[in-house]
Amino acid sequence: MKYVDEFRDGDLAKNIAANIAGEAHAGRAYRLMEFCGGHTHAISRYGLADLLPPNVRMIHGPGCPVCVLPIGRIDQAIRLAREQDVILCTYADTVRVPASANLSLMRAKAGGADVRMIYSTQDALKIARDNPQREVVFLAIGFETTTPPTAVAIRQAAAEGLKNFSILCDHVLTPAAMHAILAVEGGVALDGFVGPAHVSTVIGSKPYEPFADDYHKPVVIAGFEPLDVMQAILMLVRQVNDGRAAVENEFTRAVTREGNLKAQELVAEVFELRDAFEWRGLGSVPHSALKLRPQFAAFDAEQKFKVDYVAVPDNKACECAAILRGQKRPQECKIFGTVCTPENPVGSCMVSSEGACAAHYSYGRFRETA
Amino acid sequence: MCLAIPARIEELTTPGNAIVNLGGVRKEISLALVDDAAVGEYVIVHVGYALQKLDQEEAERTLQLFAEMGQLDELREELTGGAA
Repeated sequence: MKYVDEFRDGDLAKNIAANIAGEAHAGRAYRLMEFCGGHTHAISRYGLADLLPPNVRMIHGPGCPVCVLPIGRIDQAIRLAREQDVILCTYADTVRVPASANLSLMRAKAGGADVRMIYSTQDALKIARDNPQREVVFLAIGFETTTPPTAVAIRQAAAEGLKNFSILCDHVLTPAAMHAILAVEGGVALDGFVGPAHVSTVIGSKPYEPFADDYHKPVVIAGFEPLDVMQAILMLVRQVNDGRAAVENEFTRAVTREGNLKAQELVAEVFELRDAFEWRGLGSVPHSALKLRPQFAAFDAEQKFKVDYVAVPDNKACECAAILRGQKRPQECKIFGTVCTPENPVGSCMVSSEGACAAHYSYGRFRETA
Repeated sequence: MCLAIPARIEELTTPGNAIVNLGGVRKEISLALVDDAAVGEYVIVHVGYALQKLDQEEAERTLQLFAEMGQLDELREELTGGAA
């Protein structure tokens, strides 16, 4: 496939790997966080960790929207579907996330709730148009990539005068989460970030500059193909060796410094910052999420149906929180691969294929014992 | 859910929509987030929307960089007798 296969060339990957091995200083450790779940997936799927020298270690970050959504947010959606008889629309990854009382959206659906998996916000709008007698709620989750499509849908619904459509807004912000990771006292020792690919197509490379300037952490924005990730790691190793901390862009084919201004304007028109938002693993993070602006309040399901967020503690045996903070690896969790599997996930990191645990379970777990 | 791939625009349909080819699968997507996307161009598709146009020249340049790195390595191997 054009512009996909070319970035998966195995010989070239080995070549970049040889450069990394040659340039990484044997005497020091390189702890690099890939923030984004897409990179976690690529690293596991293509076995990239095996191509790296032992002193270059990748740490999985919290950049998987399904993984960082706390249980209480799924509970809200389930309450809407079960108690208020709405048609609850959501992206497919979300339906299997374990919620309170041994429920998930999928189990709620099995119990009779009207939960529908959609691919695009356009599908949710169509369901609302086709069912004028029912209330349709879209569980809007995701980082800066999924937010503009939600903004488009809200604008369309407003323009059409669609009265039976609203959203549960759980859109979160990447830079705020990166701040939270770096600001944690006694937190993760990090030498640099592999910056998100598709988030950066929207927000550009500029929002990462404070991490280089203020925290002195190098950031290299990388595409999701294996060669992109390997090249970004090489660029990070070079920055660390030189004692530099800059924002560099490996993904120039899709990311500019300014990003997609049209998408940013749409998001700014429809959404504003929340004072604080609770993340799984990071706790309450100030200014880390979005809510609808007051003029779009009619489309806010939280206000329309009066479903408040109630915080719920995670399963005690589950180490998702520490894994999302980069403090533990999936295999260090007691229930990894035994009680908790992709077929029966206990924690959110096991749900999405971009979650650290699911990625390690699918592609890496036998490497540990080999 | 962040997994998105470049896809080629094959046909402009209703205003603001296009049919793209995702590895042989044709799918209608929204162009609401990008300006002036034309048939033959590549866009990065995510949850049914084109997020950004893919700059083909930059893509070729990145591939060229990888290729040059390979040549440099071969050169280095020759110079150091294969020890690089």
